[in-house]
Formats: sequence, C-alpha cells, structure tokens
Amino acid sequence: MADKLIATPGQTVGPFFALGLDRPEWADMTRGNPQGQRITIEGQVLDGDGAPVPDAVIELWQANAAGRYDHVEDTQADRKIDPNFHGFGRVATDAQGRFKVTTIKPGAVPGRGNALQAPHINVAFFARGLLRQLQTRIYFADEAANAADPLLSSIEDAGVRQTLLARPDGSGAYRFDFVLQGKDETAFLDI
Amino acid sequence: MAEPPAYARPQPGTQPPYLYPDYASTVKRSPTRPLIRFEHTLSEITGPSFSSGWAGSSATDLTKQHKGEPLGERIIVTGRILDENDRPIPNTLVELWQCNAAGRYHHPVDQHEAPLDPNFTGAGQAYTDAEGRYRFITIKPGAYPWRNAPNAWRPAHLHFGVFGGGFVTRLITQMYFPGDPLLQYDPIYQSTADEAARTRLIAGYDPNLSEAEWALGYAFDMVLRGRDATPFEGRD
Repeated sequence: MADKLIATPGQTVGPFFALGLDRPEWADMTRGNPQGQRITIEGQVLDGDGAPVPDAVIELWQANAAGRYDHVEDTQADRKIDPNFHGFGRVATDAQGRFKVTTIKPGAVPGRGNALQAPHINVAFFARGLLRQLQTRIYFADEAANAADPLLSSIEDAGVRQTLLARPDGSGAYRFDFVLQGKDETAFLDI
Repeated sequence: MAEPPAYARPQPGTQPPYLYPDYASTVKRSPTRPLIRFEHTLSEITGPSFSSGWAGSSATDLTKQHKGEPLGERIIVTGRILDENDRPIPNTLVELWQCNAAGRYHHPVDQHEAPLDPNFTGAGQAYTDAEGRYRFITIKPGAYPWRNAPNAWRPAHLHFGVFGGGFVTRLITQMYFPGDPLLQYDPIYQSTADEAARTRLIAGYDPNLSEAEWALGYAFDMVLRGRDATPFEGRD
C-alpha cells in the first residue's frame, strides 16, 4: 500500500462552470429514445439560509429500464443493455436555483449479497462553496421496492430517509429538492 | 454476479473538507449532518464512459477557436490520468475551462473589470489516449479578485473535470502554476490539509514540454480513486 499514489484533491467547480460544463442537451437523458417510462424530475437547490443556489451543477448516473448500467463491469446476463440509453445526465440550476431533467425510470439493480436495490438515480452534486462533490441518490416515493432497499433501510430517522425520495407530482413528473442545510437537509453519502 | 470490487476511501486530510470557513461560501453550503457511509454496489463502481464520442469531438487547442490568436502566454498543458494504483485511465473525458490572460471569464456572471478577449472562450475537452495521456494548448490564465475577503485574489488556475472508471472516481479540480505567490493566501488551495496531496494541484514546469519560440510546457497528472487493494477491506 505504501506505493499508492495520493489522489488529486477536489477543488470547487466555482461560479463559472457553465463555460466548460454546460451542455443543456445532457439534461434530457431520453434524447436517444430509450425504452422505459419517461419521467421528469424537477426541483430547487437551497442553501443554509433557505436561499436558492443559482450555481449548482447536478450529475446523474442511472441504470436503464431493465436495471442494467451501460458499463463494462455490469455483467448481468439477464438484463440487456439499451443501445439508446447512456445513463448519464447533467443539469445546472437557473437563477432561482431550479433544475429539470428528463429521463426514464430506472429498473431495480442488484445490491451487495443477494439484496436488490430499489430503483434510484445516483447523483454527484457540485456548486460554488463545495470544495468537492456531494453524493446522494434519488429514489421514488411511489416505489414499493423502497421498503427492502439496503440504503433506505439503513437510515433509521424517517425524516432523513424522506429526503432521498422524489415525490410524484403529476403524470410522470417528480419533485426532488436539494436542501444543503437545516431541518430538511438532504441526506448525503460517504461512498 | 460476484461482489463488485470497491474503490478505496481517501486517506484523512488528502481531500478538502466540506466546511472550511476561510472559504466563506462553504459556511451555508456544507452539509451539517454526518454523511451516510455505504459500501459500494454496482451503482457506485459503474459510471459513464465517453469513448464512443457521446460527448462530442475533442477540442484541445483553445488558441484556435476564433479568427485571431488570443492574448497571453501560450502554454502546453499535458499529463496523464492515473488511479491511485498508478494505472492509466484510457479513453476518459477531460473537460477544461478557464479565464483569459487578463483574469476574466467568458461568462455573464463574471463582472471583473478586466477585458474580454474576442479571440478566447476558454473551454475545451480531450479524451485520454491508451496511456491515459491528454494534451491541451491554451494561454496562461490571469489572477483575478474575488469577494471571499477584502482584497482577495485567486491564483491563476485551470479548471479540470475528469470522469475515470466509476461514478465515485469523478473529479473536478483546479490546476495551479508553480511559484505563484498567491497560493499561500488562497483558501481553496489551502483547504486540503495534507501537503503532499495539496501540492498535486500544482503543475510542474517542464522545459522538455516547452516548444522553442512558441509555447511553455507544463506537466499535470491527475490521480483518481483506485480500487481497494486489500481484498477483505470494505467487505461487510
């Protein structure tokens, strides 16, 4: 282990990331016309004063509708790659701290051991004032499989668990806010 | 499927904390609850691959994006993307953005009273080759003031984003220049406690990379999280 290299520290994405990272088309993960149920996820990013965060960038990574990641290390034989779904998205907040992504509902994916993980979207969250990314997951409040999900089940405080659930808000529409501090603070992960 | 091999956790002090009051914006934006530790699953060890060109073609010469040449010191910045086990990361996307030689970003939010350069946008992207190598041609960015504290100035820096093999290897960082007197006053640079980790953020001037009569050469490797080498660590 002694010869391991030290990983490069993260540094904040800063307020001007749109110059390098803003690709509005990446907020629509369905533009390749993948299989699965179309959904939108809309929300707002709020800081410790409850003020909107207009300079956050949210990256999403998810499995396809069958529950397979488009990645060489996902070797599940019984779930097929969807050639029309890449699984990566990115969206920046607007001046009111709001964002909206369009994607498909991911399938359930295997967890550790024999566990199955409820459908979820993995999130890397960047902003001015964050020296490195925060990481979390977006689950779906109307999903029965949540009850047996290993991560959700590991969170004893129901209020904290709720912060990981996108709420149905009309047909195929979900609402998910990122609250950086306070009573409704989003649960972030050490992964 | 077998258990996925986890990525190692950072050693203490080698990554910046979320709350670092010298960088004032962290105070209202850093989480106050303990993070929930969770062992890696397929969701963490997989991540986007861009080798198919999904993210568009490469744009590695930032001095050739307009009619004329941008003002400033022409520089070559090159290096490798590696993991902590010294393995190169091929075919991964490297995104770059920066301000111009006067210290002004081509971005509406930047109101610093320094001139925009009509011949410089300041954004590019590259895909690493089989040895994990990337190479950009650009101009040296200027220092600029910011409102973190009275008379505070950011040292000259390039912003880099790199993906690597899994979603947990994702890195957004900044590259600094050797010998910059502003580094000792910059809380963003200083936020990483471990000196060896912190100095990873400073490029090396390399005369062998400079091209005579044309551009100065800087070497900058970026090291992403690697697999946990000890097979039993990180297991339930």
